[in-house]
Amino acid sequence: MKKDQTLGESLREQGVSRRSFLKFCAATASMMALPPSMIPVIAATLEKARRPSVIWLSFQECTGCTESITRSSSATIEDLIFNAISLDYHHTLQAASGDAAEAAREAAMEENHGKYVLVVDGSIPTGNPGYSTIAGISNIDMLKETAAGAAAIVAVGSCAAFGGIPKANPNPTGAVSVSDLITDKPIINVPGCPPIPAVITGVLVQFLTFGLPELDDLGRPAAFYGKSIHDRCYRRPFYDRGQFAETFDDEGAKKGWCLFKLGCKGPTTYNACATTKWNDGTSFPIEAGHPCLGCSEPDFWDAGSFYKALSTPTESLGKAATYAVGAGLLAGAAIGAVNRGRKQAAAKRHQKVTIDDLEKES
Amino acid sequence: MTEMDLLLWARGPGLTIATIIMVGGTLVRLLEIFLMGRKANLAAARGSATAGGLGTMIRRSIPDAGTFKRSTFTIVAGYIFHIGLFIIIFLFIPHILLFKSTLGVSWPGLPSNVVDATTVITIIALVAVLVHRLLDPVLRLLSEFNDYLVWFLTILPLITGWMAFNRIGMTGPSLLAMHILSVELLMVLFPFTKLSHAFTIWIARWYNGAIAGYKGVQS
Repeated sequence: MKKDQTLGESLREQGVSRRSFLKFCAATASMMALPPSMIPVIAATLEKARRPSVIWLSFQECTGCTESITRSSSATIEDLIFNAISLDYHHTLQAASGDAAEAAREAAMEENHGKYVLVVDGSIPTGNPGYSTIAGISNIDMLKETAAGAAAIVAVGSCAAFGGIPKANPNPTGAVSVSDLITDKPIINVPGCPPIPAVITGVLVQFLTFGLPELDDLGRPAAFYGKSIHDRCYRRPFYDRGQFAETFDDEGAKKGWCLFKLGCKGPTTYNACATTKWNDGTSFPIEAGHPCLGCSEPDFWDAGSFYKALSTPTESLGKAATYAVGAGLLAGAAIGAVNRGRKQAAAKRHQKVTIDDLEKES
Repeated sequence: MTEMDLLLWARGPGLTIATIIMVGGTLVRLLEIFLMGRKANLAAARGSATAGGLGTMIRRSIPDAGTFKRSTFTIVAGYIFHIGLFIIIFLFIPHILLFKSTLGVSWPGLPSNVVDATTVITIIALVAVLVHRLLDPVLRLLSEFNDYLVWFLTILPLITGWMAFNRIGMTGPSLLAMHILSVELLMVLFPFTKLSHAFTIWIARWYNGAIAGYKGVQS
């Protein structure tokens, strides 16, 4: 692939037909809930787009996000689009290693200063810099250095977007999200553990076509994270009717009833799982019979148990209630004793009134 | 603080604090009443205080014909919203899960859309009693801040709960957080406002009935 090729040229060179390219544009438009009239706009913009330089940095992560995007299945158009951007640095996917890899990153940063897209997966430790380093460079230094020349940053996965599992209590490395450290660049959060592959590519396409997308208050593109799992869940009618699976293997579970009682976080989770689905549109966790974990929301790891219903407390109330009973009894007895004392004192102050007193002329 | 933080606070520390205040506060108020004590009745009993007390506790829930005719609206609307509250609090399945996880007991619930409809009826009944309170000159004169406060504390969880169920106005975590927080506000103020009638009404009825029963008269 030549560096100065447009996306359209690159796709044609790889044997992608105009028809399948337009199909991809249509799918992207529908994913972003855009009207069909926008399909030619997407197609025209993408055709002309110069393959932007993308630098992908992986910090405290499990490589699940990269695994996710590579499993978008090798033959899909999304995958080609992804090949068609100039992925200049990705230490898991690139062939180069060691100094050569770092040299590729530095070269891309210099050549495309102010224009490249920085993709980050993984959280950044703020404790000991030695917790996570790449080529001897601490994550925090590499992020700051690479972010300085980026046009925009895409924080892929819940770790980069919100701190994720490394940030989970007690957060031993002092992990933070990208937006905790970088405040002077546009940041698009694409959370999920991992995010849906089509959403990662969709966000990149949206960025190439329309520039910065509309973001919600957590920095997530509204086109993909605008609706909750609950609002788009095919099991919603069972919730409305009050039909719930009680266990993972009871009649309700077999009949595909709502998983709310088993801890489903669908009502508080915003993601495209219920519509875009996973594995090329095969299914999503709830369809496979497992409650939503809420992985695209901040602190999902600490948000109570995965298997505790949303309407139940996250703390045990037993101990608190016992103390409350003890304190209530003590305080009540004390107040009762004070009241009795006041009553007796008042009774003592009563003056006897005689007939003579009443007849006295005042 | 994100809305998820708020929800987690509401489901965690918020609920713990509200439970402590409600349980402790209710015990304080009840002990205050019980420890006041009563003078021993030296008169000979002409009937059973226990039977009179128990009978009145039940009988006062059924309006007699004269009272019903005089206060038809108050009684009908009052019954609707009290029964509505019972259905909403105790027969909505996500609420039953809360009782199960805190008290360890559970019972069958109603279909959620039945509870949804009940909520609408209950809200309408509560609005109607407020309008009645404001329009009736005597009621308006008798009303104080406390009366309006308890009305607000009661209707707020109904509105936020209805919004959360029907997903109106806010995003998921905020909807749920607002609903739980509004219930926690109710819990915190429950023992210290007229809402405590949920407990004290039975004591008052027992007392009235027992006095009459002891004297051998109807209460």
